[in-house]
Amino acid sequence: MPPLADLTELIVFVLLAAGVVVGSLGVVLLPNVVYSAFLLGGVFLSVAGLYLLLNASFIAAAQVLIYVGAVNVLILFAIMLVNKREPMADAPGLGLRRLLSSGVCAGLLWLLLRVAYTTPWATPGPTPLGEDAVVRLGEHFFTDYLLPFELASVLLLMAMIGAIVLARRDVFASDIGTGEAADQGLIEKARSPLLIEKTRP
Amino acid sequence: MTLPSLSALTPVPLEAFLTVAALLFCIGVWGLINSRNAVRVLMSIELMLNAVNINLMAFSSHLDGQEIRGQVYAIFVITVAAAEAAVGLAILLSLYRNRETVDMERFNLLRW
Repeated sequence: MPPLADLTELIVFVLLAAGVVVGSLGVVLLPNVVYSAFLLGGVFLSVAGLYLLLNASFIAAAQVLIYVGAVNVLILFAIMLVNKREPMADAPGLGLRRLLSSGVCAGLLWLLLRVAYTTPWATPGPTPLGEDAVVRLGEHFFTDYLLPFELASVLLLMAMIGAIVLARRDVFASDIGTGEAADQGLIEKARSPLLIEKTRP
Repeated sequence: MTLPSLSALTPVPLEAFLTVAALLFCIGVWGLINSRNAVRVLMSIELMLNAVNINLMAFSSHLDGQEIRGQVYAIFVITVAAAEAAVGLAILLSLYRNRETVDMERFNLLRW
C-alpha cells in the first residue's frame, strides 16, 4: 500500500476516534437530553466509519441501518413521549457517588489500557478478507452459527411482542362507567398514577 | 517512554482501536451510574455495547482476518442491542405512566 493511503487512513482514524470520544462525552454530560440523543446518532455514525476502516463494510451498513435508523429514532420518540421538564431534586450523597464512580471508571480505564498495551498480540494476523467478508459471513451464518442465528430471530420476535405488551394502553371501545364512546386518540389521557407516595407535596 | 514515529503508526495498529473502545466503555459506565434521566441511562448502555463491538471488530480484522468470527459476534450483539432498546424503552414508558417521572432517584419502590 502506498504511504499516502496509509497516512490518509491514519488521519481518518484520528478524526473518527475524536468524533466518538467527544460525542460520547457530550451524550453523557449535556444537560439537554435531546442534544444527547442527536449526538448519540453522531457517535453511531463515527463507529460505523471505524468499522469501514476495519474491512467490515456489511457491519458498517448494518450499524447505520439499525443503530442510526432504528435505535436512535426510538430513543427520540421516547424523549418526545416522556418530555416532562422537571427540576431534579437533589438526592443525598450524589457528590460522593460522582467522585467514587469517577475513580472506579478511571481505574477500569487504566486496567483496560494496561491489558491492551502489555499483551503481546499476534499481529499481523492473516490478511483481512476485504470485500469477500460478506460471503464468509453468510457461510458462517448458515453452517456453524446456524443455531444462534435462528435463536436471534426468536429473540427479536419475543422482544417485539414484549415491547408491545409493556407499552400499550388498555383501550376500551366504550367507557365502562358512562357507556359513551371513548376517544382512542394518541394523546395520553389524564389518569391517576399508581404508586406515588401520597405524602409527597 | 518514547512516542513511536509516524511511520510506525501506519497502518492503524490494534492498540489504537482498543484505546478508543476502552474510552467509550468507561464513558458509558460513568454515564450509567451518574445519569438522573432514565433515557440517558439507556443511551449509556448503547455506548457500552458499541465499545464492545469496536473491540470485536478490531480483533476480527487484525488477528482473525480469514475466519471473521468477530464480525459474526458483532452481528449478534447488534441484534441483542436492538431488542434491549425496544424492551427498555417500553419499560420506561410504563414506568412513566405509573410514576409520572423519569428521575432514576424516584424509582425506589423496591428499595429497603
